[in-house]
Amino acid sequence: MRYSAFSVFLNALKGNKGWKPAWRSPVPKNHYDVIIVGGGGHGLSTAYYLAKEFGITNVAVLEKGYVGSGNVGRNTTIIRSNYLLEGNNPFYELSMKLWEGLEQDFNFNAMVSQRGVLNLYHSDAQRDAYTRRGNAMRLHGVDSELLDRNGVRQMLPFLDFDNARFPIQGALMQRRGGTVRHDAVAWGYARGADSRGVDIIQNCEVKGIRRENGRVVGVETSLGFIGCGKLALAAAGNSTTVADMVDMKLPIESHVLQAFVSEGLKPFIDNVVTFGAGHFYVSQSDKGGLVFGGDIDGYNSYAQRGNLATVEHVAEAGVAMIPALSRVRVLRSWGGVMDMSMDGSPIIDRTHIDNLYLNAGWCYGGFKATPASGFCYAHLIATNEPHETGRAFRLDRFARGKMIDEKGVGAQPNLH
Amino acid sequence: MASLIACPHCGPRPKEEFTIRGDAGIARPLPDAGEDEWHAYVYLRDNPRGRHKEHWHHTSGCRRWLVVERDTMTHAIYTVTDASAQGETA
Repeated sequence: MRYSAFSVFLNALKGNKGWKPAWRSPVPKNHYDVIIVGGGGHGLSTAYYLAKEFGITNVAVLEKGYVGSGNVGRNTTIIRSNYLLEGNNPFYELSMKLWEGLEQDFNFNAMVSQRGVLNLYHSDAQRDAYTRRGNAMRLHGVDSELLDRNGVRQMLPFLDFDNARFPIQGALMQRRGGTVRHDAVAWGYARGADSRGVDIIQNCEVKGIRRENGRVVGVETSLGFIGCGKLALAAAGNSTTVADMVDMKLPIESHVLQAFVSEGLKPFIDNVVTFGAGHFYVSQSDKGGLVFGGDIDGYNSYAQRGNLATVEHVAEAGVAMIPALSRVRVLRSWGGVMDMSMDGSPIIDRTHIDNLYLNAGWCYGGFKATPASGFCYAHLIATNEPHETGRAFRLDRFARGKMIDEKGVGAQPNLH
Repeated sequence: MASLIACPHCGPRPKEEFTIRGDAGIARPLPDAGEDEWHAYVYLRDNPRGRHKEHWHHTSGCRRWLVVERDTMTHAIYTVTDASAQGETA
């Protein structure tokens, strides 16, 4: 069923009894052309673009939990393409362009809101770094504006401009950046893939990968063996667990990142604002809750929960940036498992096994990449060639010295 | 991560006193070990889901380097020993 204002009206007249589940719950077939391990944002968007762009519809997405239970439902919903490096920028800009047309494309209201993303700067050196970043963005055809102190003050008068440690000098702004309702992204891609024939199989955990003559022939799952022509991994924080099944050691550590939402408030913060120097960023959801977070906790973890010390640190940084936050009550906090790569950039590549593909290492930046990641991964799976915007995300780049170290901190995942 | 780490020198202390360095299971190769070994040392990680040995520094305490064995799934800590007890380390 195609969603439209008319379908809402028609169903309202029928007492809303005509709505159907947005996707099926199929029994797995014996064999698929492509199996995608991981029904998160990236796995679902990969399935969607495989079906839509490349006509490959005999596809299964295997999800060990339920759709939306992992990082796609745990992030802080920010989209942006304000990247500096050559290997990153065109890719994230492709993602931004896909976000801009996504709702019409998959006929689902994902509440894409291009409300602007501001990165605050606090020193001459940081201003120069952001000027460079803004110029790099413009050279790639991406919008960017450098705001001075007064420019920021007009938009965000409630910030602590005269903070003793980090006085605010200005901000780098990308107006096209913003937020998207993250669960709707998962549901929209799931529905779009399902309607094109993809089987989305929830509560189906992959327990082993069966190989014959150096090729993958299928996966052992909690629902039994399922054969496949090609196997595509998109397991995010559990990438190592899955790669271990084929003796592949990854340049990845799994870390926990926490996020928070406050009680609902009246409209207060119009944009996404980041305070990198203090490890804090915030936006306000359409329901009124402040959605915010900070840095990763810093130690390896597969538990979807973090430490109170980080909660305290995030709260301190938030109040340092916006003193008015001191009386806001936090409603919920939660954690997600991040696949932190050794240079802070992702991997979309083939592997040492001919028909096994890898999509991993998204660190804490995977949500904004969901459309382009799926698009480029689908391109790679369908054609065996990397998409032109994703060709830098090679697995062997560490051995070749071609790291994409956006933050310049080296092979230390807990610093990215 | 557990709230307390039992330092062998100072006793149980809040984990905020400690700083993590990372995987204690990897050993620094010899200078002429070759590119593959150095690549593995710098970039590849076991990243286990379960028991994991790490180097932690008791930064705000005795300032000794420790080897902490803990569970990355449950966050329970099993053993804490002084790193020098392990012999030469990375």
